[in-house]
Amino acid sequence: MRQDYLVLKNLVKVFGSGENAFRAVDNIDIEVQEGELVTLLGPSGCGKTTTLRMISGFELPTAGEIRIDGEDVSTTPPNQRPTTMVFQNYALFPHLTVFENIAYGLKIRRESTENIRAQTEKIMQLVGLEGLAERSPAQLSGGQQQRVSLARSLVMEPKVLLLDEPLSNLDAKLRVSTRLEIRKLQQRVGITSVYVTHDQEEAMTLSDRVVIMHKGKIMQIGSPQEIYAKPANRFVADFIGKANFLEGHVGSLTSDNEILLDIVGKKFQVLVEPGSFSEGQRVLLVVRPESIKLEPKRPDALTGTVHEAVYLGSQMVYEVEVAEDIITVEIANPQEHMVFKAGEEVTISFLEKSLHILPYEEAP
Amino acid sequence: MTEANRKRQEIIGNLRLIWKEPLLLVFIIAIFYFLLIFVIFPLFMVFKSSLIVDKQFDFSNYLAIFSKRYYFQPFINSMILGVLAATAGTILGFVFAYAITRTPIPFKRFFRMTATFPIISPPFVVALAAILLFGRAGSLTPVLSRIIGEYSIYGLGGLVLVETIAYGPIAFLVLYGVLQAIDPALEEAAMDLGASRARVFATVTLPLSVPGIASAWLLVFIESMADFGNPMILSGNFRVLSVQAFLQITGMYDISRGSTLAILLLLPTVTAFFIQKYWVARKSYVTVTGQPTGATIQRLEWYIKLPTYAACFFFTGIVFLFYGMVIWGSFQKLWGVDATFTLHNYVEMFQVGKGYIFDSLKVSTWATPITGLLGMFIAFLVIRKKFIGRTTMEFVSMLTFAVPGTVVGIGYILAFNQKSALFPFVLTGTAWIIVTLLIFRNMPVGIRAGIAALQQIDPSIEEASTDLGADSSKTFRKITLPMIAPAFFSGLAFSFVKAMTAISAIIFVVSGDWNLITVAILGFVDNSQYAQAAAMSLLLIVIVLIALSIIQLLVGRIGKGARTVSIVD
Repeated sequence: MRQDYLVLKNLVKVFGSGENAFRAVDNIDIEVQEGELVTLLGPSGCGKTTTLRMISGFELPTAGEIRIDGEDVSTTPPNQRPTTMVFQNYALFPHLTVFENIAYGLKIRRESTENIRAQTEKIMQLVGLEGLAERSPAQLSGGQQQRVSLARSLVMEPKVLLLDEPLSNLDAKLRVSTRLEIRKLQQRVGITSVYVTHDQEEAMTLSDRVVIMHKGKIMQIGSPQEIYAKPANRFVADFIGKANFLEGHVGSLTSDNEILLDIVGKKFQVLVEPGSFSEGQRVLLVVRPESIKLEPKRPDALTGTVHEAVYLGSQMVYEVEVAEDIITVEIANPQEHMVFKAGEEVTISFLEKSLHILPYEEAP
Repeated sequence: MTEANRKRQEIIGNLRLIWKEPLLLVFIIAIFYFLLIFVIFPLFMVFKSSLIVDKQFDFSNYLAIFSKRYYFQPFINSMILGVLAATAGTILGFVFAYAITRTPIPFKRFFRMTATFPIISPPFVVALAAILLFGRAGSLTPVLSRIIGEYSIYGLGGLVLVETIAYGPIAFLVLYGVLQAIDPALEEAAMDLGASRARVFATVTLPLSVPGIASAWLLVFIESMADFGNPMILSGNFRVLSVQAFLQITGMYDISRGSTLAILLLLPTVTAFFIQKYWVARKSYVTVTGQPTGATIQRLEWYIKLPTYAACFFFTGIVFLFYGMVIWGSFQKLWGVDATFTLHNYVEMFQVGKGYIFDSLKVSTWATPITGLLGMFIAFLVIRKKFIGRTTMEFVSMLTFAVPGTVVGIGYILAFNQKSALFPFVLTGTAWIIVTLLIFRNMPVGIRAGIAALQQIDPSIEEASTDLGADSSKTFRKITLPMIAPAFFSGLAFSFVKAMTAISAIIFVVSGDWNLITVAILGFVDNSQYAQAAAMSLLLIVIVLIALSIIQLLVGRIGKGARTVSIVD
C-alpha cells in the first residue's frame, strides 16, 4: 500500500488576474493512500470542485504539483491521465446506448471487441444494470443513470476515481441507499477515490478521511471521528454537526495532559494534548449538544435558564441561557430524564471525555 | 372506453369549453377566415392558374416540366444554388458558433453582432456590395482578375458567395443555440475517458449537433432558394426560379407559366420546411432553452484555435468590407466613372426618393402592430386553449414561413385583383394589399414571439401575485405585462425590420400609388445607378437600426432581466 499514491503539493489555482484575481485553491497539500476514499468537504465556493478538476486535468494548476503513483501529471491533458470522473449531472452521452456509454473509453483505448464486451458486461453486473444495455440514457431513472456513469468510469480501471457530488441529483431516500452502495463497491474494487460533496452526512458515512476546505484553504484533514470529536478550529467545529462555544481561560495545568478550565468562574477538568496550552490562555470550549447534562439547580455549579424546550419524540431540545450565551442541549430518550420547562433554572454539566478546547477565535 | 369513444368525449368536452366562451369562438372563426383568405386562397390561385393555359384547364404545364428547358433549367439551377449556399453557409455558421461557444476567443459580443448583422439588413445589399467590389467597375476587380484571370461576378459563383454571406448568419444563430445547449460536461466526460480533442469532436460534439446542422442547412436552403433580391441583381445568365417567375409575369404577361415556375419553387422549400420541422426537430438531443450551460473549454490546442479564429476574423472582415463598400460607394458621383466625393446622392435621395421612404414607413408601421397582436393571439390560442382545429391553425400559420415570397406575391395579385365569393373587395393597387401581405408573411415571427412570451409565464407566478393581494388588473400590469413585453417588442422589432426590407413578394403588389424603398433600390441597381442604390440602402439600414434601438430601449425600460426572443427558430 503506497501512502503517497495521490499527492497534491502546494497546489494553487488563481482565476482571473490583477484586481479581479480570485484564489480558488490556496496552497493546499493532500496525500491520499492507495485504496483510500477521501472526501473534499466544504461550503460552496470553498475550492473543492476546482481541486477535483485539477486532479482530472480540466483545470491547470497556477502553481504546485499533482502526482499519481509517483508520476508527475500536473500538466498532462485529461485524456492521458489515469483518472476518470463521475460527473454531477452524470454527463451520459444522449446519442449512445447504455452499453455504448460504458464501452466508450475502452473503445478509445482500442481494446478488442470481445474484451470490450466482456468487461462492459462484467461491470454492468457489478453495478446492477443487467438487461439495460440497449436502452438510451433518457429511458433510465435517475438512479440508473447514476450507475451508468459510475460503471463508465470504473470500467476504465483508473488509478484514481473522481466523484463530483454524484448523489446531488437523486432524491433523499435514494441518496442514502446509493451512498452505501458506492462505499461497498469502492471497498470491494479497492479503488483510490476522491469524492467531492457539500453534504457532511455523506462525507461522514463514506470516507476513510475527510478534507475540510474553506475559502480555498484546508481547515482540517482527518477521519470522520477526528473531525467531529477533535475539530482543529472554530470553522470545522461549527461546520460539522452542531456545536456550542463557551469562552474561558486556562486556570492551571494540573498535569502534562490535563488542564483546569475556568468558565464563568466555574472550574472544569479537561484532557488535552501535552504542551498545547499555557496558563492564563484565552480558549473556546467546544461542546456538542448531546454532551451536556441538565439537572435541577444546585449551588456551586454552572447554572443557566431554560429559554425554550421542544419535545421531538426521540429527544428533547433545550435552548439554555448561560452567562449571556445561548447554548443548545439535546437529551436523548426524554422519558428517562427529568423534563424542564421554559423559565426554570438548571445546573449544566458536561460529559468530560467529549469536551474539546480550541485557542480563542472570534465568532465569524 | 374505446379509442373512438374517448376521442368523441374529448371533442364534446372541447365543444362545451368553447360554448362557454362565445367571444373566443368568434375570434377563432375570424382567424380561420383570415388564414383561409390571406394564406390558403392565394396559394390555391397560383396552383389553379398553373393548370390553366389559354383559358382552358390543361395539365400541359406539368407534363412539360421535364421536357421544356425554361422549366427544368431554372429548377435545377435553383436547387444547385440552394444546396451550395446551404452547405457553405452551414459550414461557416458552425465554425463561427464553435469559436464563440467553445473557445476563449476575445470580443465574443463583437463577433456575434457582426455575424448577425446581415440578418437585419436588406438581403440584396450584399449583392449590391458584391457588384461594387467585384463587378465590371468593381474596386477589387483589377486585383482579383490579375490573380484568377477573367471572371464575372454575375452567375452561380457570385450568387453562392452572396447568399452565403446573406443567410449564413441564420445557420450561425441556429448552431450557436445548439452548441450552447450541449453540456460541456459531455465533452469533458469523453476526454476524461481518454478521447483526444479530435475524437471528442467526432464522437460527441458532432453527433449531438447533427440535428442542428440539418436544421441550419435546411433553413439556409429555403432562404437562398426562395431569395429574389440577390439573384435579381446578380444571376446574369444563370436563371433561377424566383427571377424567372417574376420575369414571366411582369415581362411576358404569362401568368400560367409564371405560376408553374412558382409552384416548382414551392415544392422543394415546403418539403425542406417539413423535414426540418417534423423530422429533424424530433431527432434533437438538446433542447435549446436560451440558457447557457457553462464554461468554454479552457485548455485548447493551437491547431484548433488558429483555424477557428482565422475563420472568424476572415468572415467578420468580409462583412465589414461589404457593408463598408456600400458606405464608400454612396459618396461617389457616378460609380465606375467619376469617383469624386459628393453628398449629391443623399440630396437626390431625399428629393426623388422621399415618397418611397414614406410609403415604406407607412405600410410597415401599419402592418407591424397587427402582425404582433395577431401573432400573440394565435400563440395564445395554440398554447393555452383547446379547440377543434388547433393543430390546423398552427400548421397553416407556420406554413407561410416556408412559402417563397415569389409564390405569395403571385398569389396575391391573382386572388385580390377581382372580387370573389369569399372576399368581396378588390385590393390590387391599394396600400391594403401591401399591408395584408406584410402581416401574413411576417406572421410566423409574431407567433414565435408570442409563444416565447407565453412560455415565460408560469401560471403560478400570476397566482402568487393574486395570492399576495393584487387584483387581476394589477397582476396583469405588474406581472404579466412586464414578462410578456420584452418578447413581444422584440417580435415587433423584427417584424418591422422584415417589413421594411421585404422585396420578393412585395414587388408583385406595388403600384404607382404605393411604391416602396426596396423596390426603388432594385430599380436603381437595374439602371446601374449603384451610388444612388448604395445611398438608399444605407438609409434603409439606418432606419432599421434606429427602430431596433428604440425597441431595445423600450424593452430595457419595461422588463428588466426578462429574456428577449431569438430571431430564428
